[in-house]
Amino acid sequence: MIGYIIRRLLYAIPILIGVNLLTFWLFFFVNSPDDMARVHLGGKRVTPEAIVKWKADHGYDVPRFYNAGNQGPKKFTDTIFFKHSVKLFLFDFGRSDQGRDIGYDISQRMWPSLAIALPTFLVGLLVYITFAMLIAFFRGTYLDYWGVVVCVVLMSVSTLFYVIGGQFLVSKLWHLVPISGYDIGVESFKFLILPVIVGVVSGTGASTRLYRTFFLEEINKDYVRTARAKGLSELRVLFRHVLKNAMIPILTGVVVVIPLLFTGSLIMESFFGIPGLGSYTIDAISSQDFSIVRAMVFLGSVLYIIGLILTDLSYTLVDPRVRMK
Amino acid sequence: MTDMPFQIEILWTDFLIFVLIGSILAFVVYTLRHEHLRVPWRQVARRPLAMGSLVILLAYVAVGLMDSIHFRPAQNEQHQGEVVYVNEVLSLLDMAAMPLRARTEKTYSAPFAMHAFSKEMVEYPDGRHAREYPRLLYGGAHLQEPVERAGDILSRAGAATLAGFGIWLLPVTGFLLFWHKRSESWAQTLSRLVRGEGDFPWRTVLVTTGILIVLAANAAYLSLYYHIFGTDQVGQDVFYKSLKSVRTGLVIGTLTTLVMLPFAALFGIMAGYFRGWVDDVIQYVYTTLSSIPSVLLIAAAILTLQAYITANPESFTSATERADIRLLFLCLILGVTSWTSLCRLLRGETLKLREVDYILAARALGSSHLSVMARHILPNVMHIILITVVLDFSGLVLAEAVLSYVGVGVDPTMDSWGNMIVSARLEMARDPLVWWSLASAFVFMFGLVLAANLFSDAVRDAFDPRLRK
Amino acid sequence: MKCPGATRTVLLAILILFSAAVAASWNNPYPEADAEKNILYSAFRERPKTFDPARAYSSNEYQFIAQIYEPPFQYHYLKRPYTLVPLTASNVPTPVFFDKQGRRLPHNVPVARIAYSVYEIHIRPGIYFQPHPAFARDASGRLLYHALGPRDLMDINTIGDFAQSGTREVTAADYIYQIKRLAHPKLHSPIQSLMNDYIVGIREYADTLKKAYDAIAGGREEGVYLDLTQYPLAGVQEVDRYTYRVKIKGKYPQFLYWMAMPFFAPMAPEADHFFSQPGMAEKNLTLDWYPVGSGAYMLTVNNPNRQMVLERNPNYHEELYPAEGEPDDGPAGLLKDAGKPMPFIDKVVFSLDKESIPRWNKFLQGYYDRSAVLPEGFDQAIRFTGEGDTDVSDTMKQKGIRLLTSVATSTYYLGFNMLDPVVGGYTERARKLRQAISIAVDFEEQISIFENGRGIAAQGPLAPDIFGYREGQAGINPYVYDWVDGRPRRKPIEYARQLLVEAGYPGGVNPASGKPLSINYETPAIGPERKAQLDWMLKQFSKLGIQLVVRATDYNRFQEKMRKGDAQIYDWGWNADYPDPENFLFLLYGPNKKVGHDGENASNYDNPEFNRLFERMKNMENTPERARVIDQMLDIARRDSPWIWGMHPKNFLLEHAWISNTKLHNMANNTLKYSRLDPEKRAELRLAWNRPVVWPIVAVLGTLVASAVPAVVAYRRREREARR
Repeated sequence: MIGYIIRRLLYAIPILIGVNLLTFWLFFFVNSPDDMARVHLGGKRVTPEAIVKWKADHGYDVPRFYNAGNQGPKKFTDTIFFKHSVKLFLFDFGRSDQGRDIGYDISQRMWPSLAIALPTFLVGLLVYITFAMLIAFFRGTYLDYWGVVVCVVLMSVSTLFYVIGGQFLVSKLWHLVPISGYDIGVESFKFLILPVIVGVVSGTGASTRLYRTFFLEEINKDYVRTARAKGLSELRVLFRHVLKNAMIPILTGVVVVIPLLFTGSLIMESFFGIPGLGSYTIDAISSQDFSIVRAMVFLGSVLYIIGLILTDLSYTLVDPRVRMK
Repeated sequence: MTDMPFQIEILWTDFLIFVLIGSILAFVVYTLRHEHLRVPWRQVARRPLAMGSLVILLAYVAVGLMDSIHFRPAQNEQHQGEVVYVNEVLSLLDMAAMPLRARTEKTYSAPFAMHAFSKEMVEYPDGRHAREYPRLLYGGAHLQEPVERAGDILSRAGAATLAGFGIWLLPVTGFLLFWHKRSESWAQTLSRLVRGEGDFPWRTVLVTTGILIVLAANAAYLSLYYHIFGTDQVGQDVFYKSLKSVRTGLVIGTLTTLVMLPFAALFGIMAGYFRGWVDDVIQYVYTTLSSIPSVLLIAAAILTLQAYITANPESFTSATERADIRLLFLCLILGVTSWTSLCRLLRGETLKLREVDYILAARALGSSHLSVMARHILPNVMHIILITVVLDFSGLVLAEAVLSYVGVGVDPTMDSWGNMIVSARLEMARDPLVWWSLASAFVFMFGLVLAANLFSDAVRDAFDPRLRK
Repeated sequence: MKCPGATRTVLLAILILFSAAVAASWNNPYPEADAEKNILYSAFRERPKTFDPARAYSSNEYQFIAQIYEPPFQYHYLKRPYTLVPLTASNVPTPVFFDKQGRRLPHNVPVARIAYSVYEIHIRPGIYFQPHPAFARDASGRLLYHALGPRDLMDINTIGDFAQSGTREVTAADYIYQIKRLAHPKLHSPIQSLMNDYIVGIREYADTLKKAYDAIAGGREEGVYLDLTQYPLAGVQEVDRYTYRVKIKGKYPQFLYWMAMPFFAPMAPEADHFFSQPGMAEKNLTLDWYPVGSGAYMLTVNNPNRQMVLERNPNYHEELYPAEGEPDDGPAGLLKDAGKPMPFIDKVVFSLDKESIPRWNKFLQGYYDRSAVLPEGFDQAIRFTGEGDTDVSDTMKQKGIRLLTSVATSTYYLGFNMLDPVVGGYTERARKLRQAISIAVDFEEQISIFENGRGIAAQGPLAPDIFGYREGQAGINPYVYDWVDGRPRRKPIEYARQLLVEAGYPGGVNPASGKPLSINYETPAIGPERKAQLDWMLKQFSKLGIQLVVRATDYNRFQEKMRKGDAQIYDWGWNADYPDPENFLFLLYGPNKKVGHDGENASNYDNPEFNRLFERMKNMENTPERARVIDQMLDIARRDSPWIWGMHPKNFLLEHAWISNTKLHNMANNTLKYSRLDPEKRAELRLAWNRPVVWPIVAVLGTLVASAVPAVVAYRRREREARR
């Protein structure tokens, strides 16, 4: 087991290198260092010399991948890629192109992101599984039929609409919660309740419907029939056997969401004015702050890999038939 | 060729749509020849709900296809004896909806309105100025007084409904002719239909068709006199915009899935089946790709495309072509970002399946890897693929709105439900509320997604080997 | 019965909500305890890039630092046209002129003879910096925090974590220090290259500093302090503790306007040194984020991710509310506080709020004190009274909301690229084409559809309130407008079509190819919300039969295209730096071309006669003679039509009844200190406007319970069947 984990952790290194190379290539395919300099220096009265100086100061005045003008290993180290990417592996994110320390900003912004994403995730999971089980329990009845119809109705509505509608009704018409914003500590509760509800509701349709198929699949298996034949009550069958086995596909899907918990939700954060990492990323893309973008991508990948390892571990825990090599 | 009244123009997505239709037809032919494939489809065909949804889906597809045949009409004046074609690319739908296209108001107006939405300075012939709601140029222009409006709408709707029924009787009669058995009287045939006898739910199909025909007749007739879904900020008819958006939605929902499907299925099953280094490589690729936030990936791809278009303006002579290439690119890049999740699901399921007895048995009996994967694993993961495809279909149509919000969606000049919802977001802050863009995008989108989902449910039930009794 | 998860969550949420909220408004985004404090609430859209006065150059940065840093001069708050008055200086100096040999010249000499101008600025004594740890001293008078090691910084995260603070009197040396910083090699001041042309010796000074910096840094990236007091700059001179002189090349009357911007505010060398210590930057402790000024306010909370807080500077020098203004100001209540010491508000809280709709709604709920008018909220907020005048709507009036308007000193225009073979050039044909298009693009309609009338169609580059701008018939652009019934009226479209025939494109068709003339339109407008505007633009050109190809790109790529000069038509705008015609007309000055010169003249317009007149007009005082020169220049430019003179936007500001002393000012940014608010009135109105509506919660709860009933029934039935 420990050997497996170590193997998977080592295996993360080439992935992170790949991610870095790809991000780097994508970003510089569309942006030249000149573009970046111009964005940072502002729109008014920018001279070519100022751009040259900015590039020199921020280490963007060398070739991207390969520096033919240098000797020995410097051919590879004296490049933008090397200068800006190697320290990442030590979780030293350096400074944003605006001069702020990225690690500090991430540590500040992580909490609001979590404060909104974690409750959404947990409450959501609870609600979706409950609904899915209810629908599966009443399979074949009109409750099943209407349950699916409600799911389809819910999922054919854009998230944007939920946000717009939620803000319009709850905040604007009914004055129940602030429209947007964030505060620390207990004060944050009033800001979080609406985004969490909207987040949960907007995911209800698709997730419930998907989980329902997982449940139905299990319910129709032989062992379930056997259990039922033994006289176990329907509820007990559902909780004892079906839930446990249906958790495998649910978990596989859910672990994908875990990195998003830290990196936040782009739309929720920008609509509700939550100063988390989601809005941080969006801002960085729009202001072309490559250092932040790269740091966020790197962070996302690390969390993602952890998530994958956790998934595989949970496989073994839930279903011993899947062996670990 | 010199005197053709139009010049056919095949856009990239048009081409792919026809390829797609071709392959669907090929698949249908293949299915018909193979009994084991015909059985589940026959099961699908027996479900009334699924068939009703299919009719609705086909109606959307028809609109989408009409909008996928593009051409440039010839200009009125000739140049040195040569026919000159205008720069603007039109589609069959544009031609059919020409009255809607041409009747633009100045700005917002509510559905079925006769007057503009906001007050304007109006100058009377006697030189007086007043700030009031001016009459619309086209909406209800045939009426004299506002009081006539309700009666007018009702009588026209009645006429259109009657006409719709008349048209509907044609397919009904045709069907009866086809269904009539020599041994029975016509009344018996009719009552068989009304009672819904037989394996295939003809009654549902005909009723759905009837409803659609009546709705279409009403919409077509009334929209000649009113803006039935109102007008948007620059006075364009929202009904027309919603119709134009159908194609965008269909293209994003189908082409994206089709781009990613072969890769996801192949790699997912291979990873789960072979494990070892194959698994490692495939996992490496999809982990790397899915680690990058998809918004960043899409943003970068779209920006790259913009840069390319900027560098090669001569390749894209019309706005339609540029919007089209962007749509195609969006499909490709959405495919790249969305294949990983299906791939992972398939891998997980295959991991489980390869330990199952009958697959171990097949292996022990000496079946090749390829045949085990194709014969035993693929059918067993088919339900996951089908479910994902349909969930993705609606998900993609919705994702388009989110991407438009971030600014990396389809071209801003292209009609799409996403673009409509995003602009509706601002309209929601108006007081009085401008709700009709949002409502009509919602109605059209909802119809499509609901039909697709109901149809897919039937497909899933039919194809899931464990659900089949 | 098992309670469904959602029901439980909602129940829980409601319980907490009920217990938390007693009589207060539930939707108050601020702590309840602050409800009756003298705090102004405002919003910021995006995090400011920097608060360093040598670098900041955008309005979202100025809204903060203009309250903190005090340059020697400021604009008079109430007087129009905009006039400079002293702020920390004792008077606004008149320059003394010298010739090449250094001989002093009388005031009325021709410009050509003036080699240098010298400004001597006297600073008022008794002005102190805000309390700050950089000035903290121990008992023996040594600076406390100027030799910090990694240990000392361990528990420090923000500037408030330093226990001690101190202050010091502002002296002339601090102003000189800041001018020197404009040439600092690491700061990249946006006005450095401009100042290179004016401040004597600053170009060479930048080279000296670069060498010195590299020698000190020796490859280190951070924690390097370059003591600028050690390096003299030829163009600035300290006369005594409160007096300094700035020597600039030639005559440049606009220099005083620059000296009213934070670029020329005093900077304490202690502060610079303090923040340059190793380890500070890692904690974001830099001058970019922690301004050290002498202004009415100081920044106490700096969390660009969430909130910025300005608090009253306890060391603020005496500054009194102006006693004179325009004739209307007295009746408008703007002189009530005349002679009282400023500032009036204790604290200003800026919250990060990116989306316009939440911002607008919070304003309506009373949680922001002021707001711009959203186009979407326009009909709700504004109504027109008679002839184009505007006022707040009746619902707004009931709430006591007031509307303030002013035409901005900005211009938005559509430019033609004069280098383009089709739309550019100086032939009569090209001119007629441009004039025809100028007539066809109906900016009055654009303003009414997209701006709700918040703007005026431009007759030329100059914005109203700028010297040289003319009202009435004398000010119209005769190539696009006729003067009819005392108003400018756009020439009829038939006239434009006729011009197009004369230009050689009858009906918009290019006779060479037989195809309609196709013109590329470059715009940084991306995103679906701009679709309507682009559609509108297509419509304008199709009036002439011309086909417009919209090439929308992001702002970066747009700028790149402009630099290369391969645009045909583009849209852009300009926000004036200072209220002088030179700041607009230089956008059309040949040597300021974008292509090849990287200037701001994006149309690459280059008319020798215009250039000659510009050089003459540039250095003139605001005399009738100058107005005549400007008239000539405008006539040349209007005839050549290198731009479609678009529009000057109108600023609309709404404010609540509890705010007073507001007068819109397009130039001054340091206006917070004049504002006054009535917190009791605000608290009362906020409560009245935000009564929570509880029935939906009950309704949702009821629905959930009701929907559980059939489930329970079905479950019971099934259990019964199973038992059988």
